Amino acid sequence: MAVSAEVREKYKSELKPIWCPGCGDFGVLTATFMALGNLGLNPEEVVIVSGIGCSGRFPAFTTAYGFHSLHGRTMPVALGVKAANPNLTVIAVGGDGDTLAIGGNHFMHACRRNINLAYLLLDNNLYALTKGQASPTSLPSQTTDSTPYGSYENYVEPCALAILYGATFVAREFSARARKLADVIAQAVQHPGFALVHILSPCVTFFDTYDLYKQQIKELPPDYDPTDMHLALQYSTDMENRWVGVLFKTYKPTFEERIQSIREKSMQRYQSVTLSDMLNRRRV
Amino acid sequence: MPVNEFVVRVGGDTLEGGIIRTGEFLAHALARCGLEVFTFRTYPAEIKGGQAMIQVRTAERPIYSHGDDVDILICFDEEAWEIHRRDFNPYGVLIYDNKFQPRNFPGTAFAYGFPFSEIAKVRLRNPVSKNMVILGAFSALFSLPKEVFEQLIRDYWGRRGEKVVNANITALNEGYEEGKKVEKEDQYRIEVRPMRDRLILSGNEAICYGAIAAGCKVFAGYPITPASDILEWMMEHLPHFDGTPLQVEDEIAAIGAVLGASFAGAKAMTATSGPGFSLMTEFLGHAAMAELPCVIADIQRAGPSTGMPTKSEQSDLYQAVYGGHGDVPRVVLAPSTVQGCFYVTVHAFNLAELCQSPVVILSDQSLAHRTETIPPIDLEKIIVIDREIYDPTFHSENGDSYRRYRLSETGVSPMSIPGRQGSYTAEGLEHDEFGHPNWEPENHMTMSEKRFRKLELAIRYGEFYPGFEGFRWYGPREADVGVIVWGSTAGAVREAIELAEQDGISVAALHVSMLYPLHREVVRRFINSMGRVLLPELNFTGQFAHLVRGETGLDVVSYTKVTGVPFKVREIYEAIKELARETVAVR
Repeated sequence: MAVSAEVREKYKSELKPIWCPGCGDFGVLTATFMALGNLGLNPEEVVIVSGIGCSGRFPAFTTAYGFHSLHGRTMPVALGVKAANPNLTVIAVGGDGDTLAIGGNHFMHACRRNINLAYLLLDNNLYALTKGQASPTSLPSQTTDSTPYGSYENYVEPCALAILYGATFVAREFSARARKLADVIAQAVQHPGFALVHILSPCVTFFDTYDLYKQQIKELPPDYDPTDMHLALQYSTDMENRWVGVLFKTYKPTFEERIQSIREKSMQRYQSVTLSDMLNRRRV
Repeated sequence: MPVNEFVVRVGGDTLEGGIIRTGEFLAHALARCGLEVFTFRTYPAEIKGGQAMIQVRTAERPIYSHGDDVDILICFDEEAWEIHRRDFNPYGVLIYDNKFQPRNFPGTAFAYGFPFSEIAKVRLRNPVSKNMVILGAFSALFSLPKEVFEQLIRDYWGRRGEKVVNANITALNEGYEEGKKVEKEDQYRIEVRPMRDRLILSGNEAICYGAIAAGCKVFAGYPITPASDILEWMMEHLPHFDGTPLQVEDEIAAIGAVLGASFAGAKAMTATSGPGFSLMTEFLGHAAMAELPCVIADIQRAGPSTGMPTKSEQSDLYQAVYGGHGDVPRVVLAPSTVQGCFYVTVHAFNLAELCQSPVVILSDQSLAHRTETIPPIDLEKIIVIDREIYDPTFHSENGDSYRRYRLSETGVSPMSIPGRQGSYTAEGLEHDEFGHPNWEPENHMTMSEKRFRKLELAIRYGEFYPGFEGFRWYGPREADVGVIVWGSTAGAVREAIELAEQDGISVAALHVSMLYPLHREVVRRFINSMGRVLLPELNFTGQFAHLVRGETGLDVVSYTKVTGVPFKVREIYEAIKELARETVAVR
């Protein structure tokens, strides 16, 4: 469903994006505005948490609450936001370096915690803000300023990782397909649990992959079953065809639900014990 | 003084079991006899095995340190005797398991050997009851009423059923009978005094209670000695205080979650030790830049690197005060007593909220795991300060967008909370009043000034919390020798200056609890009013001495020690005496 420019305006801040003209991240920003518009979310009830890199600047270009955190640390911050107020809609935005290199550890634990949030992984296959060094998703064929002789490490596939780490919603899209992307972002926001959207978002300045991805991306077959984990892993890791759509979907208790149940157990165990009661019990 | 005033130490291999519990029971029993108690313990870093010890000092008057010499030493095994005899009062009492014979025993002391292990294993067929056998003997030997222990056993094991209670009481009685058989030659004994209204708490527990009293709603942490018990307490109790505790993947995640929670409006804290605090340093700077209130409790242990995880040190001061790249405003507080741990934690939350800044609490291993009898805490009297919240109806923005980082006289800007009007981006980049990234030269200057201006509020915190000073001056306004002290060393200093005064030495002390920002004028006045100033602290490089010199431009005599254990009163007393001699000679 298309969203009028007027509705999108509601989410657009007065700051002009600093991205290079043609950057894939513009497509993600527009798609996010469309998704938020479609869901009818009030910008003040949305928190966008980012790390460092081109993607890190994302929150400031929206009228939502933003948290421009540290390199790789989007997940801990998002966890804290959710712990304090589970009613907020949280969207995390991270690059490939953010998510898979410096923040790889947090990514694993965020997936297995099944925090109810949408994670937009803006993958441009390199570090662009620092002007073109290799990242964990640099392609085997790719040379960069930091890998002038080609990469000496294997490519890491984020969708497969997320599935194995315990994420309950995993999708892939291409930033050039704004409407499809908006739809998948909306699904991710609505999914109860950790929802990864792996977005192929080309860097026009250091590694332009528009033509490559236009050739490689394929929509998942109509009879594709996203609840089949083995199938999802197979499609995720296919490097010849980059499958787009919802690769994997399952339901498990969310972090918020588990916290709620812990709170109930604790209330049951301690009834209405006050701090004063607890101190009194420590009387000699 | 052998009546009601002595130091008991219990030592043995943890494989023997029950060493710490013996001491904890003893401390509680003494407290129930109307006495003050103060414990100190060390334990091995090994998972199983290794020597552990707990020391219990008791007196009728307030106690500030764990005591220099051991008057009554209880040894579970020979190795314990070999380790602890160097601290043994040569006129003291040794109680030991007579499966070994203590070598090099001073002829002036008293020794009572009992077959504790055999009684527990063979006679009672309950090897784990050995500690109760020992306490039974202690009860008989030093006239500590057996009923006090019986009641403690009921209070402690009552929930586990009659069988467990009876087994322990049987063991206690067995030990008591053994103790009665002894022909007592020493003078140590207990005379029961009227019960005092006291709480018995450890430093780490007091931090937890303080956090709840201050309104902590989110705690995030990662296990690390000696701070893990704060994490465990929070995981158990924060949920029924309507909060959310998180055990996360590392300390970076812990402080990240704390900042996320603070941003979303919750009061949040983390607790760690040196290695974890090192990992948090980058986020400490972010908290200062984005102006997010947060509390970090660093329970210091001996460093650097992994160091000595179960030993005490005051060596994270540089890291707490100076850690982080760029100019990072923060407040650093250090408690010195168990009671102080409670109040300092309340102040830490209040200052974090007041200044919208990170606040570091510097405790240490010895303080974290000692128990003290403290006066009851009146929760009604606790003042809880909340951050200034942006309210669009009061804070008119003249049709302008909300300025999260609006310049103000105090440096503090009203903060909006997600879910309400006033969205903005919490920014780690340098930014203007709106929070928009900005690297104009004047802007960085202006915003740096704004952030540091908030620390003046910390200096003025006493206006918000009457009675809070951030320092305490003991003794005369002018003296030959002054002692400046921070953290857990303060207790030994208080006792040392009392001893020195009794010896006619002119001495005063300044205990500083707000280390940063420093009450510079007070410290300067103190140093200028003293002949010479001693600054004892448990680190190698004299970290607070450096800070004091840098902040005041005045000199102090640094006195440092890194042995993993707190200062003895005698060590500080000797240092005071030496300085007094030099000062008087100069005069």
